[in-house]
Amino acid sequence: MSEREFALFLGCTIPVRCLGYEVATRRVAEELGIKLVDLSFSCCGYPLKNVDVIAAKSMATANLALAESKNLNILTICSACAGTLTEASVNRENPVGEQVKKELGKQGLTFKGLVWVKHFVRYLYEDYGVDKIREHVKNPLKNLRVAIHYGCHYLRPSEIYDEFDDPEHPKSAKEIIEALGATVVNYRGQLDCCGGGTLTFDQKLGAILAKKKLDNVKKANVDALVLFCPFCSIMYDGHQRFIEEQFGCEPYNIPVLFLPQIMGLAFGIDPKELGFEYNKVDVQPLLDKIGVKW
Amino acid sequence: MAGAEAEKTVVDAENLDSSFLRKVIKHPGGEQILVCFQCGVCSSSCPLRLINPEYNPRKIVKKTILGMKDQVLSSDFVWFCADCNACTERCPQGVNPSEVMKAIKNVAVEEGIVPAAIKKIVENLEKHGRVYPLEEFTQEEREMLDLPELEPDVKIFKIDRKKLLGEHA
Repeated sequence: MSEREFALFLGCTIPVRCLGYEVATRRVAEELGIKLVDLSFSCCGYPLKNVDVIAAKSMATANLALAESKNLNILTICSACAGTLTEASVNRENPVGEQVKKELGKQGLTFKGLVWVKHFVRYLYEDYGVDKIREHVKNPLKNLRVAIHYGCHYLRPSEIYDEFDDPEHPKSAKEIIEALGATVVNYRGQLDCCGGGTLTFDQKLGAILAKKKLDNVKKANVDALVLFCPFCSIMYDGHQRFIEEQFGCEPYNIPVLFLPQIMGLAFGIDPKELGFEYNKVDVQPLLDKIGVKW
Repeated sequence: MAGAEAEKTVVDAENLDSSFLRKVIKHPGGEQILVCFQCGVCSSSCPLRLINPEYNPRKIVKKTILGMKDQVLSSDFVWFCADCNACTERCPQGVNPSEVMKAIKNVAVEEGIVPAAIKKIVENLEKHGRVYPLEEFTQEEREMLDLPELEPDVKIFKIDRKKLLGEHA
């Protein structure tokens, strides 16, 4: 397999509900010389964990088997998919792994464990390299203050992620964003969950969690909240107005950007090619601040 | 949902079901429940507990160990778990409470407790291999954005809804 060629795993949510994320990722990957190949992947299996953990892991492994048949490692831009697929790829040699093998065998599938899975951001940090990213910066984001939301499944459980980052004090995304020239600002509750996981059962509960973070980010006085998971984006960008209405609070006006979107701006890519038309919260003030016309 | 009334109830030895714990530990991730020593790090790490003190992973674990099946399964709490893994990361015993919640949910499904949202997801996975069906307008939108066309129905791993949900499918 070639060094910078990967299967892109979009999952279920991104190609339907987060098209801006997909657009920006593909464009930025192209800029970085990373070739992304599209395979007929299904759902990663994550939602099935609620019903039958073995079925969930089997579905995850079937996707790995597909990539393996094409001799391609997988990059994913959904953190829940990253967690589910990584877990399936690293935890094969145990009784659960044996059960999964049996389930796959029933459908004529095998996975030998010859390919790996990484979240795109993890790959950029761990393999592609922050210095290499810096070389592509044409428009350093000097006067931008940025808050990062790492989200849960990108970091946790850390035991499946081979300690590529510290789950309590992560720095992978911080180093990438600093390489773009922006200032990363700490804020209270940085590692707190977005609440997206509760949405299926209780919309109000998720909104309370998301509100807590928006309140803290607002206090940090930043130009943008940057993240890299579709569910987190739905909570903070998609639901920002809903939360304001639900709780009767002042407008937050916090632009929420996917990491590839802010990378694209620093690389001098035309914002029209970075999917900003899908951002719910107005990004114009941020673009004005860095002198980019849209 | 187990309300304030149920919370006040002391452990009722007459209504314990020891088969409940056996069922939970049979599911992957559930077996770790046996080494829990009730320190409560899970509950103090839980973002949902900060919102609603009644949501308490430590208590759910204890009730499961005691066999308080009705209280655990009649509450919505296990379904509310956001699977954020904050507890898992900090548990000194390696219990992995997020996985324990999944094992409990797997038992709930076996017992016929299947929330409507879950039924819908399993139905979509069986039909389309995706949580959200790819509607025609999405495909058109993707085309306008020059994004690759995706197969609407992916069957790389077949899901049998009846087998997963039993008669509740």
